[in-house]
Amino acid sequence: MATTALRREVEIVSPTRKLVMGLLFLAAGFLVWWLFARAVDPEAVTKFGMTPGGARSTIPDMQLPSQLTLNILTILTLGVGALQLILPHGFGKRTNLALGVVSALFIFAFLTWAAAGKSLNLAGLMNTTLSKAVPLTLGALAGILCERAGVVNIAIEGMMLMGAMVGALVGSVSGSLWIGLAAAVFAGALLGLVHAVLSVTYKTNQIVSGTAINIFSTGITSYISAKFMQTNQALNNPGTFPPLEIPLLSDIPFFGPILFHNNMFVYSMFIFMTLLHIGLFFTRWGLRMRAVGEHPRAADTLGINVFRTRYMAVILGGMMAGFAGGYFTLGSVGRFDEVMTAGRGFISLAAMIFGNYMPFGAFGAGLLFGFADSLASRIAILGLRIPSQFLLMAPYIATMVVLAGVVGRAQIPAADGVPYEKEG
Amino acid sequence: MSEAKNSPEKEPEKNAAQIFQEEFIKEVTGNGPKKRSRLSGMLQALIVPFLAIFTGLVLGGLIIILTTPEFYAAWAQSPLRGLGEAWNIVKTAYSALFTGALGDPAKIVAALESGEPDAIRRAFYPFFESLVAATPYIFGGLAVALGFRAGLFNIGVEGQIFIGAIFSAFVGYSVKGIPAVLHVPFAFLAGALGGAIWGFIPGWLKAKTGGHEVINTIMMNYIAFRLSDWLLTGPMKRPGSPNPVSPTIEDTAKLFRPFGDPIRFHLGFFIALFVAWLVYWFLFKTKWGFDLRAVGSNPHAARYAGMVVSVTIILAMSLSGGLAGMAGANEVLGVNFNLAMAFSSGYGFDSIALALLGKSHPLGVVLASLLFGALRNGATNMQLKAGIPIDIISVLQAFILVFIAAPAIIRTIYRIKLPAETDAGVFAGTWGGD
Repeated sequence: MATTALRREVEIVSPTRKLVMGLLFLAAGFLVWWLFARAVDPEAVTKFGMTPGGARSTIPDMQLPSQLTLNILTILTLGVGALQLILPHGFGKRTNLALGVVSALFIFAFLTWAAAGKSLNLAGLMNTTLSKAVPLTLGALAGILCERAGVVNIAIEGMMLMGAMVGALVGSVSGSLWIGLAAAVFAGALLGLVHAVLSVTYKTNQIVSGTAINIFSTGITSYISAKFMQTNQALNNPGTFPPLEIPLLSDIPFFGPILFHNNMFVYSMFIFMTLLHIGLFFTRWGLRMRAVGEHPRAADTLGINVFRTRYMAVILGGMMAGFAGGYFTLGSVGRFDEVMTAGRGFISLAAMIFGNYMPFGAFGAGLLFGFADSLASRIAILGLRIPSQFLLMAPYIATMVVLAGVVGRAQIPAADGVPYEKEG
Repeated sequence: MSEAKNSPEKEPEKNAAQIFQEEFIKEVTGNGPKKRSRLSGMLQALIVPFLAIFTGLVLGGLIIILTTPEFYAAWAQSPLRGLGEAWNIVKTAYSALFTGALGDPAKIVAALESGEPDAIRRAFYPFFESLVAATPYIFGGLAVALGFRAGLFNIGVEGQIFIGAIFSAFVGYSVKGIPAVLHVPFAFLAGALGGAIWGFIPGWLKAKTGGHEVINTIMMNYIAFRLSDWLLTGPMKRPGSPNPVSPTIEDTAKLFRPFGDPIRFHLGFFIALFVAWLVYWFLFKTKWGFDLRAVGSNPHAARYAGMVVSVTIILAMSLSGGLAGMAGANEVLGVNFNLAMAFSSGYGFDSIALALLGKSHPLGVVLASLLFGALRNGATNMQLKAGIPIDIISVLQAFILVFIAAPAIIRTIYRIKLPAETDAGVFAGTWGGD
């Protein structure tokens, strides 16, 4: 066993990729020095706020001498790059982890430089990042559910929007957030069913089916909103889930208030993410689903019902997207506005690809995209001269780069998007 | 599922059509296969779109009825009254839609009788406004259709429209002092160029790396939105304006309007028709078009036949983007005369519906666009007169799209036999290519 594992590790990392990654890390280190460390005022001090707004326990602000910190970060980044080049197989299977570390160092360097001589609430930034990552991650989980079973779902946006509207409407009428959320999940499931009927049974092109669901959802949610919810505010006032504080854990300095003082959507995201990971990779259910997504004919031969598996996957995906939609109205804003998802369903799709169709990867991508989003809203406060729009573009460009296979290609389910035709 | 099994999809194309023709004629006339005129062939081609539109209108009407409180009040009194009220509701809504789209016949007659040019213009205003609304649809639908023919799914029409609009707006306001004969084509082609660039990138990525164009064009959409957001709040912002809007274009860049106010009908409509003809000519009469369609229907066979698939893919995506860019140019140079944020409201996704409804044929796209333009324009009147939000049109369009894409549903509803749909070479594949 050990030898096979070792051999696989050798096979996985091609020499070109090792070299490219190493050079990339070195370039990142050089950029940290050239863009940030060199440019900063030697006397400047970066002040990071360590407590998000509204948290009980407070810890003092972190004060860092900007240039010294940046020099250390430069050395660390260059060190990772050098290790990647010097070690016989670089970081091997952990190359992606190394990439993550380098990205984190780079981002930290950027923040240190941006906030030099000023103060930036780091904990607040992390907190917004996490909450912005919630709908993206949940949406990406919805996408993973569908696409691992071989059904492309570009209708996540529409399903989210529907979930958001239904959640707000039913939540307001029933007066119960939980009933509203259940309705949002149910609405998502219905749209998932429609997608399954069209793309699995009728073998419609899955992109067309998804597009139809998107157009339908945009239309019907705006229609109902314009006709009822705007004129009658009582129908559009569901309230939001209150933040739940987890005792003890929320007292951990810095991380406590960020991670354990949130509403239940954040905790649900962690639970769903873990469940889906275990489900996909450690249960018979997940194995079957992946088999259907990779090679439906083989799965069918082994007695797996391809149609039923795909139906189940797409409906579950719809439920997840409906849940994600519920976040917008019941977890964040407390009100439905027309087209309020604003393309987050499509960013979820990007997060799914970026996270290599893995639940935890999707969460990582969601965090990265959420970070870009929350940083963009602070750029003006920091007085940077980078237009925030370019920061907001970064996730999309990064996804295209990943898709192009420049920095390691995403592993896409082999039968993704191909309708299954039973023989005979 | 049995429905899908029964469908004669696996039979050869020509055969299936013949079988259908025989059975169709048998069923309709009770005779055997006698007359096989060109007309009946055209009728068959139209039957699915027609039934799809009809079913869409019925379902839309149903939604309108179910969301009107008066219906429930009448229904509570007696079901018969409820049905009467339902009929009234739908009649009010759809007649408002119709008069809003084509004009009120009574008004037109009265205006013609009075002979006042101003009154005539106002009477014909809705009709021309529908044509104005249809024009960007034609460009957008052609863009998607051209992609379909090459087996490519251009979901990025929305972004390409934006970039096209940015380019032509820039040429429209920054170039000064040249005659309209030069300025209009220059600005218009600049828009096409902008869209083409935005289409070229995903095309190139598809050809060189296999990255699927659907994801890449979606990403390009959002990059375009952010880019235009930045341009309109920064470099291209109108001086002194609090809103994110570009300066007004020069008079010499405006597309000619043959009628006086309030009719906004402009030269763009004829350009659209001409471009539709060009696309037809390109697709069906040139070697390039043949290659493109060959790649679309079977890339492996095309490669085997010596065609350079990657170049064809790049060309098709660039042309598709260019057509979409023309939609943006048309809106800036013909309708708005400036570029504002969020000026393109969902043309990208509607264009997919249009291309499918028009079966990826330029003529079909033009007809579908006229229909969608009329619907979109009429809906404004429906909102005004009957208080029905304009968004119902999107719902209608979604229904039509579903029925066009899954004709088996139409077959099931109406219990008719139809030929297997010849797919226009749309093949999703996987995100990363094969």
